[in-house]
Amino acid sequence: MNTNTMTSNQVPSNLTANDSGGWLKLAPWVGGGLLLAAVPLVMDSPSHMNLVILMLMAAQLGVAWNILGGYAGQVSFGHVAFFGLGAYTSTMLAMQFGVNAWLGALIGAVVAALFSLVIGWPCFRLKGHYFGMATIAVAEIVQTLFTNWERAGAAVGLTIPMDQQGWGAMIFASKTPYYYLALGLLVISLLIAWGIERSRLGYYFRAIKDEPDAARSLGISLTRYKLIALAISSGLAALGGTLYAQKELYIDPGSVLHTGLSIKMALVSILGGVGTLIGPVLGAIALTGIEEGSRVLFGGSGRGTDLIVQAVIIIVIAVYQPTGVVGWWRNWTAQRKARRAGKTQGA
Amino acid sequence: MTSDILLQTLASGVLIGLIYALVAVGLTLIFGVMDIINFSHGEFLMLGMYSAFWLFALYALDPLWTLPLTAIGLFFVGAGIYRLVIKRIIGAPMLSQVFTTFGLMILLRGLAQFFWKPDFRMIDKSMVTGHVALGGLQLGLPQVVAGVGAVVTTAAVWFFLTRTKAGAALEATASDREAAQLMGIDSQRMFTMAWGLGAACAGVAGALLATFFPIFPDVGANFILIAFVVVNLGGFGSVAGAFWAGIIVGLVEVMGGLLLGPQFKTALVLALFLAVLIWRPQGLLGKA
Repeated sequence: MNTNTMTSNQVPSNLTANDSGGWLKLAPWVGGGLLLAAVPLVMDSPSHMNLVILMLMAAQLGVAWNILGGYAGQVSFGHVAFFGLGAYTSTMLAMQFGVNAWLGALIGAVVAALFSLVIGWPCFRLKGHYFGMATIAVAEIVQTLFTNWERAGAAVGLTIPMDQQGWGAMIFASKTPYYYLALGLLVISLLIAWGIERSRLGYYFRAIKDEPDAARSLGISLTRYKLIALAISSGLAALGGTLYAQKELYIDPGSVLHTGLSIKMALVSILGGVGTLIGPVLGAIALTGIEEGSRVLFGGSGRGTDLIVQAVIIIVIAVYQPTGVVGWWRNWTAQRKARRAGKTQGA
Repeated sequence: MTSDILLQTLASGVLIGLIYALVAVGLTLIFGVMDIINFSHGEFLMLGMYSAFWLFALYALDPLWTLPLTAIGLFFVGAGIYRLVIKRIIGAPMLSQVFTTFGLMILLRGLAQFFWKPDFRMIDKSMVTGHVALGGLQLGLPQVVAGVGAVVTTAAVWFFLTRTKAGAALEATASDREAAQLMGIDSQRMFTMAWGLGAACAGVAGALLATFFPIFPDVGANFILIAFVVVNLGGFGSVAGAFWAGIIVGLVEVMGGLLLGPQFKTALVLALFLAVLIWRPQGLLGKA
């Protein structure tokens, strides 16, 4: 049986490495950032605001997943475990020891990263599908443990008391502060991913993904760099978990340890473009749009039409456009450029 | 008295394990022949259950009599899905393969919800009901019939693969696709057959379960993870391995339920899975 073809990811990773930097390139980012900061001013209803926040959170989780799954090519289907650990750590610390939510978020990220190292060490001996399936199993076990752990609220879950509010407690009555929190966390995650892309670390990650044997023969410790990717990725996912807990003020295994969320983290990266910086953000916009659009057009869930529409889109993208929106855009611009070049030559 | 409980538990573990084995046989067949993990496999089982249910509800045909119909129906579903979708992702990156079958999973669940509503349904007046006494054991007759049916089906698949020409061609494609092609074996036909047979196995397992298990659109989720574990323990692509591994998983599950409480039974199976994955990646019964 040929396992090599499965592990090698055919998304060309040189797409992600920009050859030249320059501050001018940052201009669109700064402009976009200012626009995003102004979004709450034009939002008319809390439900729309909520939708935008969920989109930002999905994007942030996608960016986190992408560091391991995209750059380093280690596809995890159990990332919800880290998200859930973040949510549970900060919430339990706050409820039982009165720990501040900001500190709790950081501790949660550290706990998730340490946990990821413990499980990553044995799991990284597995490749491709096998690694992915091991991560599903890990996440399911974590879910079972929390469902039966009385101090963590077991199946009933935990409700965060609203007695303190404001930036210090990271609890707000209005949606707007959560928007800025989600946006800030997304920007931080993007900056980290951007930093990785441009650093030596990024080259190691891509080497692990595209040419593991060559990387090893050059003396790169595969396991070490996989673990680094995993720790960063899981720490960021845990921060997302804390944000979720603070926003919903209620967590239970069904909401923060649900397998579907693991899949969603991977899905936004794939829809947008695996292993690209902006891919998960585009994927989150696309997925949220698809979900909401199909819900509005075909009625609420329960009738299955929203599932059908989502599934068809997922299948079509997976089959015909595996490089996602970013890959499609690059193809399109490359073709247009080629056509123009052809025209000028003809004239 | 306690030994009675133990025996009773073990017997029920073997019976459910035989069903797990049959589901996993279909999964391992597809994986073995074309290196694709089918995330929508649990949905083939779900379709098998609904096939049994509707033939019973609309035409009062017992699930046991309609078993061949369900098998044939699911064969065409599996083969059709291969021709329509899976054919296009051979040799694609692993992620697109995973998300294609994952998308199929959501699609089939969505279609089931759309056409048959998300309600739980039961087949209440089936031919086989009640209990049967075996030695000192009291076993549910539907479970016993399902176990026997699973063994017969698994044996039939095994016989087909090892004793018939078409089966040998399938095995040849599994071990070396190009060499088999050079020998004049049409790999497209083999892939279609693998998907048809794989889906039929899951469908038969579903129809056998339908007499004692609730039927609903998401029912496959209960089985797919277990089927992954079984396929892994048995060694990817091995039908005989899946059979024995199914029984082992059934036993571990019921023993875990007995010793730790039913809420931990799946977690225990998954812990076993992780342990085997790490120390014996080729599977408990697979060859190195």
